[in-house]
Amino acid sequence: MKLLKNNSFNILTFFKDNSVPVMFVLICAVCIPVAGFPLQYLLSEIITRIGRNAFLILALLIPIMAGMGLNFGMTLGAMAGEIGLIFVCDWRIYGIPGIVLAMIISIPISVLLGWLCGTIMNMAKGREMITGYIMNYFINGIYQLIVLFCMGSIIPIKHSDILLPRGYGIRVTVDLINMRQSLDNLIAVRIGMIKIPVFTFILIALMCLFIVWFRKTKLGQDMRAVGQDMEVARATGITVERTRIISIIMSTVLAGFGMIIYLQNIGSLTTYTAHSQIGMFCIAALLVGGASVDKASIGNVFLGVILFHLMFIVAPNAGAAITGDSMIGEYFRVFVSYGVITVALAMYEAKKRRAKSLAGRKLAQAQKEEAK
Amino acid sequence: MGETLISKSTLQKAVQSFGLPRLIIAGFLLSLFITAPFVGSNFFTQLSNTINRFGWNAVLVLAMVPMVHSGCGLNFGLPLGIISGLLGATLSIEMGFTGFASFVMAVVFCTPFALVLGLGYGWLLNKIKGGEMMIATYVGFSSVSFMCMMWLLLPYKSPTMIWGYAGKGLRTTISLEGFYSGVLSNFLAIRTPHMLIPTGAILFFALLAFGMWAFLHTKTGTAMTAVGSNATFARAAGINVDKIRILSVGMSTWLGAVGILVYQQGFGWMQLYMAPFNMALPAVSAILIGGATVNKASIINVVLGTFLFQGIVTMTPTVINNLMMVITGQGLDISEVIRVIASNGMILYALTRKSEVTR
Amino acid sequence: MTEKKVPLLEVRNVSKDFFGNKVLNDINFTMEEGDVLGLVGENGAGKSTLMKILFGMDVIRETGGYGGEVIINGNVVKFVSSFDALESGIGMVHQEFSLIPGFTATENILLNREPQKYNVISEIFGKRLNTLNRSSMKEKAEDAISKLGVKIDSDMVINRMPVAHKQFTEIARELSKDNMKLLILDEPTDVLTEKEAETLLESIGTVAKRGIAVIFITHRLHEILSVCNKVIVMRDGLIVKDVPAKETNVEEITKWMVGRKVKEQETKRESDPDKSNKTIMSVKNLWVDMPGETVRNVSLDITEGEILGIGGLAGQGKLGIPNGIMGLYEAGGKVILKGKEIPLNSPRQCLDANIAFVSEDRRGVGLLLDETLEWNIAFPAMQIKNKFLKKYGPITWRDEKAIEKVTEKYVEELQIKCTGTKQNAKELSGGNQQKICLAKAFALEPGLLFVSEPTRGIDVGAKALVLDALRRFNREKGVTVVMISSELEELRSVCDRIAIVSGGKISGILPATESSEKFGMLMVSNVR
Repeated sequence: MKLLKNNSFNILTFFKDNSVPVMFVLICAVCIPVAGFPLQYLLSEIITRIGRNAFLILALLIPIMAGMGLNFGMTLGAMAGEIGLIFVCDWRIYGIPGIVLAMIISIPISVLLGWLCGTIMNMAKGREMITGYIMNYFINGIYQLIVLFCMGSIIPIKHSDILLPRGYGIRVTVDLINMRQSLDNLIAVRIGMIKIPVFTFILIALMCLFIVWFRKTKLGQDMRAVGQDMEVARATGITVERTRIISIIMSTVLAGFGMIIYLQNIGSLTTYTAHSQIGMFCIAALLVGGASVDKASIGNVFLGVILFHLMFIVAPNAGAAITGDSMIGEYFRVFVSYGVITVALAMYEAKKRRAKSLAGRKLAQAQKEEAK
Repeated sequence: MGETLISKSTLQKAVQSFGLPRLIIAGFLLSLFITAPFVGSNFFTQLSNTINRFGWNAVLVLAMVPMVHSGCGLNFGLPLGIISGLLGATLSIEMGFTGFASFVMAVVFCTPFALVLGLGYGWLLNKIKGGEMMIATYVGFSSVSFMCMMWLLLPYKSPTMIWGYAGKGLRTTISLEGFYSGVLSNFLAIRTPHMLIPTGAILFFALLAFGMWAFLHTKTGTAMTAVGSNATFARAAGINVDKIRILSVGMSTWLGAVGILVYQQGFGWMQLYMAPFNMALPAVSAILIGGATVNKASIINVVLGTFLFQGIVTMTPTVINNLMMVITGQGLDISEVIRVIASNGMILYALTRKSEVTR
Repeated sequence: MTEKKVPLLEVRNVSKDFFGNKVLNDINFTMEEGDVLGLVGENGAGKSTLMKILFGMDVIRETGGYGGEVIINGNVVKFVSSFDALESGIGMVHQEFSLIPGFTATENILLNREPQKYNVISEIFGKRLNTLNRSSMKEKAEDAISKLGVKIDSDMVINRMPVAHKQFTEIARELSKDNMKLLILDEPTDVLTEKEAETLLESIGTVAKRGIAVIFITHRLHEILSVCNKVIVMRDGLIVKDVPAKETNVEEITKWMVGRKVKEQETKRESDPDKSNKTIMSVKNLWVDMPGETVRNVSLDITEGEILGIGGLAGQGKLGIPNGIMGLYEAGGKVILKGKEIPLNSPRQCLDANIAFVSEDRRGVGLLLDETLEWNIAFPAMQIKNKFLKKYGPITWRDEKAIEKVTEKYVEELQIKCTGTKQNAKELSGGNQQKICLAKAFALEPGLLFVSEPTRGIDVGAKALVLDALRRFNREKGVTVVMISSELEELRSVCDRIAIVSGGKISGILPATESSEKFGMLMVSNVR
């Protein structure tokens, strides 16, 4: 798409349009020297974190395309992925086959949850985000019901080492040692101290290609149309509700895969908390990369991962160096994550209103001139 | 499009307006009360617990009312009010007030914070009409995480509040023994072997609730309701909609501040850092369970909702646990999960209702 | 009976009523390929209902269907939805743009009809995963644009286009459909400048030459004469005239549009003997930015004690005048009430100056639908005039008793049908809701009252009551009333003078007794 017709590059508008990424570059520029990490360490950490998180964040792009905003309900997919991993662990299927099987198990669960989430969001048009957000908590309750109470009692779990001592319910931490980084290590390249998980990167690249390709499909086009104007799309015969549900289902399934990739890198599953923050961090990272509620690109994802996690890595040390208390840095990065989401949401809503009043003002001006 | 309900029996209408989820929750609680004696938990102890927790929480739920009335939606930004309350409380203790005076001074100190923060918060919400609830949630979160840093950095000195070993930074939980722990609940409390009625706390809530009820009957209060019901109508009738909305946000924030103080005096501890994080959702679901919608709420909704919600919170652990013991022979603490599902299910239900002004 | 040629479209005995309210009566006409039919008539004459029937819109089916037959190429058709109509080759371009703002012209023209390429994945997961064939899309779109005989950049994004290009894109979308036989254009030139409109008219000619029939609805009569070969004039749900365009002129068409048997006795209004000639309000150079009802440079004097009517066709700006004065839409200019200037864009200051307004948008602006009748009637008076309040020390309290009393008074006076004063406003019928809006304004006891479309969407009985109430309010309380209505006859029966708005300007003010034809001429004089 040709967006910028006038080639004159305006620095001011560049900063205005990219205020969030620019702000993060500044934060990082201040914090990195203060924190005093060696460059090699930073580079290796960033590469690890791109491999860990990028897939999850990519899962957010599709609902944004369909005009449903930031999918706070992506956590649902993460839970589906976790359930897949729990089963695979119990069945003692190791390594790559285990990961593939976990993904396969997660698909039907993700589809079901995505369908539910999409249906409910269709009932709450215009408040998709808050609905998705509450949906997290609701499904989290059901997840706990299943994992904490049903597994081992109703749902058969063979090996008691992943069960709580009381005989049912999954342990608070499930060790994924047999799957640990098996994707990352499949084709790993080492440059000095830096390990590059080539296979994971290939998966992420494939995912990017998928998204690029998907935008060119009929379904992708329909989603963009629905995202911009539901009524117009409906009038031309596009099944609006169905398209919206499909976008959420796709996002949920991809988030499930993303969670499995994330967890195989970490190497253990904290059964009841692993998913609780994941949505927030992914959304924050995407926004840091310069995305907004109604517009996000693959570039935003990677820029976001790098900047956000750079800040995440250096903040505790930098905080400690400045204030003498390492907790300050910890809290600071949490604050920044929430803050950036708040700012992005507020800017989006304010922009919507400003666009309206601007149109009015223009009209008035034209009449004024005519009235003279 | 508004549809006129013409031929529907009054019963059907009543069920419809009350909402199925609410019926389920009320029925669930009722069945808990009935089952309680059979599984060996004392009915009166349960009731007493419920009433006590009602006393702690009711003001926080009341804090939802003004913003719902002015059309700002459910106050997911309640943590902002709570932070004002915490600032007031810590200042009061820092200055060395004790006993009842510490409570009064906490209320006094929290007021300017609540008003200033409420003003800013209201200004922001006016900029983003239509997206209030999502942004309110994140305003709450950001302010909580910001204050996490502040609790560490602010120069508090009182030895009861700061970490002993570091000599600075506030503790995560601070005992209120000797300060205002129980100052309301124990006032005129009625004690029987199985029951303890916290008369003072309930009276305090009644006072605030009456104030709210009275306010909604004044000229300004009427305008507030009209703004929430149809902002364009209100504007056409000469009301300054933005001003009314800011007022309502200020009131909600102040009530949130006082609400956390009331909660603390009942609980006996002050919780700092990430604790305010999870206080908004229970209050939101409580008022919804009580029959409020996204833009209509009354004092009755507050009372009923808090009672039902706290009933579930207190009853499910013991009753369900005992029930499971009877059935399966082992304890099973499923209550937390049930509470999470029920309360968030209620919020979801309310969000999917078409409660916007019918056009 | 052997007809040598079956007409493309035949409408036979079509009639339609909305819940007993007849809006179309025995409509008959035919169209051949390449015909351009100009359809004119006042608002509410039944044009849009007729088009909705032809286009198979859901509203028609939902309100009980229609009588008579629509015959296309000799086959009787009965559309279940507008998609059926599209399939039969009927295309419609509505007044509002139906375009995706962020899409290019090409994407919009072929929206949901994109040429596609199959691939492996779509074989498995279904056709929606076909990729779009961009080059073929562009080809088709440009082909459709060229049919119009205009130049539009097919890669340009809609929201960067001038209005005319948007309009062309929409028409091109209809033309890109292969089976397109009949194109309905609903006031397509309304939003265009004169130059743009000319191009559009040329395009219509080009399209018709290709054998596509066009129905062209507009208020600009000269356009009809320049492009159509046939004119149909509708009035009160009937076709009053069906003539070749060559044989008529603007004056004649106007006469047919508005000229009904004027019932003299009803329209006559005994003039008030002791009416002063003092000006109560004078409006100078008013402009109002009300979407769809823009007002430009209006100056107007309102005489004390009179009933002034403001009429005109829809979209010409008559509604913008009261909405602008009352501060509901952004406005500029000067408004002077009894020698004192009233600031614009501030509803409060207008209300404080003792002006009241009954909005045409009952549900959106006029009522608190989810509140009781008591609240609806008493609210503005309470807020502005501090009525219905009692004082307890420093606290001003709502006086529920007084509110109930005043509500009961108006319920009785205006014969509002309700179960009680505590009923919610949304449960009332349209006519009764309108009476509530009037009561709300009456309770303010204003010196000057603006009433906008007081009889829109209400039944005949309620209409008479509402008009009567206004008349009485004017007579008995001496309140100056400015009434805005699309129905000329209604204005003529109530008002002393009538100002006609056309193209956002006042095209003339005439006494109510003047002939309909004169008003008609004013209505279309500078329509834009």
